[in-house]
Amino acid sequence: MSMDMSQYLDVFLEESREHLVNLNERLLELEKNPQDLSSLNEIFRAAHTLKGMSSTMGFSDMADLTHHMEDVLSDLKEGVISVEGPIIDILFSCFDRLQIMVGNIQKGQPAVNNTDLIEMLGNIKNGVLTASTPQHNDDTPSTSPIPMQTDTDQNITMPFEFNQYDLTVLKEVQTRGLNAYYISVRVAPDCLMKSVRVFMIFKSLETDGEIIKTFPPAQDLDEGRFEDRFHMVVVNKLDVEAIRERIDAISEVETEVVQFIDLKDHKDANVEDPGEKSPVVHESPKTSLADKLPDESIRSHKVKQTVRVDIERLDNLMNLVGELVINKGRLEQIGLTQHHGDLNDVIEQMERITNDLQNVVMNVRMVPIEQVFNRFPRMVRDLAKDLGKEVEFVIEGKETELDRTVIDEIGDPLVHLLRNAVDHGIEYPEVRRQNGKNSSGSVRLVARHEGNNVFIEVIDDGGGLNLDLIRTRAVEKGLATLQEVNNMTPVQVTDFLFRSGFSTAQNVTDVSGRGVGLDVVKNKIESLNGEIFVDTVLGKGTTFKIRLPLTLAIIQALLVKVGNETFAVPLSSVDETTMISKSDLKMVQSQEVVLLRGKVLPLVKARYLLEFREHDNYEDVMYVVVVRKGEKQLGIIVDSLIGQQEIVIKSLGKLLAGIPGVAGATILGDGAVSLILDVGTLV
Amino acid sequence: MKEIQVVAFTIGSQEYGVDILSVQEIIKVLTITRVPRAGRFIEGVINLRGNVIPVFDLHKRFGVPPTEDAGEARIIVFQFEDTRAGIIVDGVSEVMRIDGDAIEDAGQVYRSVDADFVQGVGKVDGRLLILLNVKKLLGLE
Repeated sequence: MSMDMSQYLDVFLEESREHLVNLNERLLELEKNPQDLSSLNEIFRAAHTLKGMSSTMGFSDMADLTHHMEDVLSDLKEGVISVEGPIIDILFSCFDRLQIMVGNIQKGQPAVNNTDLIEMLGNIKNGVLTASTPQHNDDTPSTSPIPMQTDTDQNITMPFEFNQYDLTVLKEVQTRGLNAYYISVRVAPDCLMKSVRVFMIFKSLETDGEIIKTFPPAQDLDEGRFEDRFHMVVVNKLDVEAIRERIDAISEVETEVVQFIDLKDHKDANVEDPGEKSPVVHESPKTSLADKLPDESIRSHKVKQTVRVDIERLDNLMNLVGELVINKGRLEQIGLTQHHGDLNDVIEQMERITNDLQNVVMNVRMVPIEQVFNRFPRMVRDLAKDLGKEVEFVIEGKETELDRTVIDEIGDPLVHLLRNAVDHGIEYPEVRRQNGKNSSGSVRLVARHEGNNVFIEVIDDGGGLNLDLIRTRAVEKGLATLQEVNNMTPVQVTDFLFRSGFSTAQNVTDVSGRGVGLDVVKNKIESLNGEIFVDTVLGKGTTFKIRLPLTLAIIQALLVKVGNETFAVPLSSVDETTMISKSDLKMVQSQEVVLLRGKVLPLVKARYLLEFREHDNYEDVMYVVVVRKGEKQLGIIVDSLIGQQEIVIKSLGKLLAGIPGVAGATILGDGAVSLILDVGTLV
Repeated sequence: MKEIQVVAFTIGSQEYGVDILSVQEIIKVLTITRVPRAGRFIEGVINLRGNVIPVFDLHKRFGVPPTEDAGEARIIVFQFEDTRAGIIVDGVSEVMRIDGDAIEDAGQVYRSVDADFVQGVGKVDGRLLILLNVKKLLGLE
C-alpha cells in the first residue's frame, strides 16, 4: 500500500464491509430465487466495486478474486450459464474468503492465496462444475512442514512430518484396511467455546477410528489454545465425504481439508533423508513451526511507510509541544528584558524551531475531510430517490485537511444541512421545469482553506428561503414584532432559522422543516469555535457556509487582567479593544453603554461577570474588550490588557465541566493556570 | 471488612482517613487559580506538571472554619479512572493500617445527611478517624 493510500484504509474497510453485507444478503436471495435478476445485478455491482476499490488500494489478492467472480457473474447475467447449486456455494465461499481478506487487511496480515477459488470459478466459466467447497490443492508437495502461517493461508498443507513411529503405526493401520486422513478444521472465529468444538469433533471421529496426531498438541486443543484452525491425522474406515459430513454436522466448525494420506510419499521422503533414523530430528513440528511462523511473510508485506498511531498519543505530543510553546513565550519575555545579543539569537532560533514543530504536530493530526464527505454521495442519492427528486451531487475540495477532533464532530451537522438541501431546498422535477430550471437539481458540498480557517459550504440551486414567510413566522412565534421584522436585514431574518424550535410548525409550506435542527447545527459548530452563515436568493437557491478553525488545541487569545487574575479571551470572538474614560459612560435603561464611533455599545464589567467581590467602582480610564456574540457586540470592562498570545487549551475535566463562561484553561509562561473565557455563555 | 491502609490527615481538629489506593500523590499547596461560577466547595484549579486539576476545599464542605496557619497544609491528589482531583487538608499525619474489626459502620455513628460519603469510623490507639469515600464526596459516584 502506498503511503497516500493508507489514509483511505479506514474508508476502504468500512465500505468493503458494507458491500460484503450487501453481497451476502443478495446471495441469499439469489439462492432462494435463482431467477432474480436484480439480486444478480446487485451482486455483480458489489463484486465490481470491491474489485475497483481493492485494486486502487493495491490489494491484488482481493482484486484478483473479485475479478474472477465478476467474470462468472457476468456470464450468469447474460444467461451463458445458469444459477445452480454449486455456483451459489462457490460464490458464498468467495464471499467468505473476501471477508477473511478484509479482516486481514485490517490486521495488516499478508495476502491470501486464492488459486483454489479462482480455479473453481474458472471451471464454472468453462462449464465444468466441480466440488462446491475449496479443496486443498494437491499439486503442492506436502512432505515438508509448511507452517499454517495465519488463519488466512487457505492453501493448507499438513503441518506435520511423520516420524518413524508414526509411519509404523500408519503402515499397520493400512494393513488392517483402515484409511489415514489428514484433516484440517476451522472453527468460527467468534466461536466462544472452542475446546467444546474440539471435544465434539474428537468424540465423533473416535467412535470408529483413532486420532493419532494433532497440531497443536491435543492438550492445547482441549484447553482451546489455538487460533481458529487445527489439524489432525485420523485413521478410520470412512471415506472423505463421510468424514466431512460428520464434522460439518457440528455447529460453528468447518472442514477445510480432508486428505487421504498415501504412505508411499512419506516413505520416499524418508529414504531421501538419512537422518530419519533418529526420530527426534523430525519429531518436533512445534519447533520447526515456531521458527517459520508468519513473521517473515508478514514483514515482507509491511513495506508501507505509514504508522497508525493512537490519537491519544498525538494528543500527548500536542500537549508537550504546547508546553514548549508556553516556555518559548516565557523565554521571549526574558530575552526582551535582558538585551543580550547571543541570548536573543538563540531565542529566535528556538522560536523558529518551536513554530516548525508545532506545525508538524498539527499537520500530523490533520486528516482530509474526505473521510466525512465520502459517505454523503450515497446518502444524497438514497434520499433523492426516496423523495422522487433528481439531484446531482458534487463534492469539491475533499482533500481539504482538518484537525482530527474537528473531523469527528463535523459529520452530523453536515448530514443535517445536506438533508435539508435535498428535502427542502431542491424542488420536485416538475416544479423545477415549470420554473424554467433543469429538472435535476444540484447540491454542492465545497470545502476549502482560507487562512487559519476551513470553509465548508452546502450550496443548492433550489427554491431558496422565503424571507417574508420567515418574518411572518417570527411574528407568529412572538420572537419579534411586525415592525421589527420589517426593519430587519436578510441576515437578521435568516438568523431566526437557527433559533431552537423555530420551524417545528408544519403549516409553513416552503420553509417548514428548513429550520429543523438548525439550532443544533449552529450549537455544534459554535462548540467547535466555528460559525455558520446562510445566504439565500428566492427561487435561485440557498448556501449554508460554515467556518471552522483548523485546530482546537492551540488558539490565539487576548490575555487580560482582572484584579490580580489573568484571563484569556479567544481572539476569534474579539472584535477590538479600546479605552474609555469614566465620563464616556452613559446609562440607558439601567444598562451602561458607551458610544463607539457613533454606535451604542453595551458594557459589562468583567469583575461582575467573574464574581469578584468588588465590582462597583469605576476607574477614570477603563480598558474595554469588544466581543461579538452572534450579531451583537458587547464591551467587557477589564482592568488591563496584557497582549495577544498563543495558548494551549486544556480541559478542566469532568468535575468542572459545563461552567458557563469558562471554555477551559491554559497554562501561562510562569506556570500559573489561566481560565479561557467563553464569550458565548459568559454574558 | 479486611485491613485497609489509609492516609490520615486533619481538617480543623478532626482526623480523617482515605484509602491509600485512590491517592495519587500528596503535594504542597501550589498557586490555586480561582474558578468563577464553579461550586462553592471548589477552591480552584492547579497546574500539576502540565495538567489542570480541580481542588476542593473541605473546610467549606464540612463547615469547619479555615485554618489560620497554613504551613502544614497539603493537597492530596486523587485519581479515579479518568478523573483527577485534589482536596486541601490542614496536614497529613501518617499512613496507617486499620484492621477491619476496628472500623465502625458509618450509620451507627453518623446520622447526618453527610453520612453517605462517610465509609466508616476507624479506631486506632484511642483516636477516631472518619474514613471518607472521596468518590462520593466529589460527586463522582
